Amino acid sequence: MISALGKDLLGLEPLSSEQIKLILDTAEPFKEISERAIKKVPTLRGSTIVNLFFENSTRTRISFEFAEKRLSADPVNVSSAGSSVSKGETLVDTARNLEAMRIDMVVIRHGSSGAAQFLADRIKSNVINAGDGMHEHPTQGLLDLLTLRDHFGDLAGKRVCVCGDVLHSRVARSNIWGLRKMGVEVAVCGPRSLMPNAIEEFGVTVFDHIEDAIEWADALNVLRLQIERMTGGYIPSLREYNRVFGVTRERLARAPRDVLILHPGPMNRGVEIDSDVADGEHSVILDQVTNGIAVRMAVLYLLSGGNPALAESAKAAGR
Amino acid sequence: MSRPILLRGGRVIDPSQGIDGQQDVLLADGSVEACGRGLGAPDGAEILDCAGMIVSPGFIDVHCHLREPGREDVETVATGARAAAAGGFTALCAMPNTDPVTDNQAAVGFIIRQAQRAKAARVHPIGAISLGQRGEALAEFGEMIGAGAVAVSDDGRPVVSAQLMRTALEYARTFNIPVIDHCEEPTLSHGGAMNEGIVSARLGLKGIPSEAEEIMVIRDILLARRTKGHVHLAHMSTAGSVDLIRWGKERGINVTAEVCPHHLTLTEDRVGAYDTNAKMNPPLRTAADVAALRDAVADGTIDLIATDHAPHHYDEKEQEFANAPNGIVGLETALALVHTNLVAGGVMDYARMVECMSCAPARVFHIPGGTLSRGAVADVTVFDPKAEWIVDPATFLSKGRNTPYAGERVRGRAIFTIVDGEIVHTMANTTR
Repeated sequence: MISALGKDLLGLEPLSSEQIKLILDTAEPFKEISERAIKKVPTLRGSTIVNLFFENSTRTRISFEFAEKRLSADPVNVSSAGSSVSKGETLVDTARNLEAMRIDMVVIRHGSSGAAQFLADRIKSNVINAGDGMHEHPTQGLLDLLTLRDHFGDLAGKRVCVCGDVLHSRVARSNIWGLRKMGVEVAVCGPRSLMPNAIEEFGVTVFDHIEDAIEWADALNVLRLQIERMTGGYIPSLREYNRVFGVTRERLARAPRDVLILHPGPMNRGVEIDSDVADGEHSVILDQVTNGIAVRMAVLYLLSGGNPALAESAKAAGR
Repeated sequence: MSRPILLRGGRVIDPSQGIDGQQDVLLADGSVEACGRGLGAPDGAEILDCAGMIVSPGFIDVHCHLREPGREDVETVATGARAAAAGGFTALCAMPNTDPVTDNQAAVGFIIRQAQRAKAARVHPIGAISLGQRGEALAEFGEMIGAGAVAVSDDGRPVVSAQLMRTALEYARTFNIPVIDHCEEPTLSHGGAMNEGIVSARLGLKGIPSEAEEIMVIRDILLARRTKGHVHLAHMSTAGSVDLIRWGKERGINVTAEVCPHHLTLTEDRVGAYDTNAKMNPPLRTAADVAALRDAVADGTIDLIATDHAPHHYDEKEQEFANAPNGIVGLETALALVHTNLVAGGVMDYARMVECMSCAPARVFHIPGGTLSRGAVADVTVFDPKAEWIVDPATFLSKGRNTPYAGERVRGRAIFTIVDGEIVHTMANTTR
């Protein structure tokens, strides 16, 4: 059965605004399940799901696993270390072996852009992209959208600036697509050496100064600055990065309005974001983590062919 | 000696003599005996009906990777030479990035012997510029030329050292051979998987900027000006390179250049959803680049068309995009792609097509062929410009199946490929 989202969730770029709204709306009733004493509904009972993680991940992997277990699916975790992958098995062989085990879904995290698409093209199971190289991380984009919607209500016309290493960031790409489709005005801010050369063609505003971005924005989504970017020669030092682009309380204090702060984690406190901002009253960083489970439950539910209109009753069935 | 061959009633196109008209061509004793109207058939001659066909001097592909020695699982000299014949090529030049590298006279001799056994298209080896293609010490140009090499190149790898490139251009003058460069500034292209632009940014793939090519193009042109050596620029892919070549030629600098059918017909959009058959180096560029390359190959700024035939094993392309190797096969699709897109597409006429695929390659690389003048080698390509077919990699004689053109409907097909007066390929019975 082809779901309302199609067979796979590979990115937000191919989704329509209606599909994104559907996922967010479907996530709403699932939020409540995680607040119960017994956090489980039988919706995906009998479904087998492989969480295939070729890159290290804590937050995303655990979030998917909770989402799966709270829907009563049977998840299996595979990480590249200690699996056949570390013995030199190719991705296509891994895919075929999984298929032969008659699984229902694969959640894949991989260091190569396009790896999720590669897998989706070769197996019949549903594929969910949990981050592929520098391409997309759609469930992160969705949980950012849900968090923003929780806060602002209507997203249309709001202004969100994605700050930091846009060049290497799959979170940035999923945010840009998702936000724009939901009618949000999107900007990016960071050193030009960490921006794609063709960034303007994404339909975003580019700020070279974080002060200008803060003055403009209703919310900042502050990306993690990976330490490798310094050794890779993209920026001279983390200290200077914080000096020039860091999101600090002093800079936020000069904003004409309260600016909501998001961060996909894990944070480098004192580099891209100062602790008093991360822990401050406008930070929704932990709300993002909570919403991550509801969004992933919604995606799993919809891809498995779940009727969007019945999400409420799926929730009720757990009572 | 083989029987004489009379090619009767075709449209003979030979820009080397300014011929374009319905004529007969007589081949005997491995040479062109005559070209003209109403030629009589000598006793015992084989008469080939060429009505409705284009008859031209044999096509020559100056840029192929035959993988032997080293990767005989993906191509050999013999399979490559047979694929070339099937594609209408009577000769090809084999790049030296084999394993071991073709950087000495024995290695050159090996390729020539393998080609003689294949009895298909002629194979002219290209020797390495540097020992092991390591970009350090010059290989023995003189010994390799003596053994049958026709040019030198470190293709697959750029010549990083400007000093080595300068020396190669100077040293090559003694032997009157072109020094072929794969223009790529490696610190700019490092880790790149496709053209840098909006598509690479969307797909999250590291891009290769056009400047990575153009910086080396202008470096090589300036070094050719300094040394008066002959630099031949392989597989040009950008509008900027075209401008720089034009600049060089206007100043009388000894620079020649080639372009591949894929850079004349496809853009970066073809990468689509990470299709590794659209991954090559240099990468597919933008529509503006394709337009500039088409103008350049039509007006002579770019001298010739070459395939950069690069077979890979199926498993190697069946990988994550960034890990898959660069390159596509081209020998069996080039004629049809050029005919369909450029001639039928109104970019060039038949004479220019034959010039780019036969006369210019022979002239630029100083190799036999490229003309049907009396006494020239009896290398002839006869193709049917009306033959429509669908590209099906399963039918390729090349061991490589890696092509982005699978399933594409094209027009134009080699009906007879004649090398040294022998028919090495024919489709005459199957298509008519």
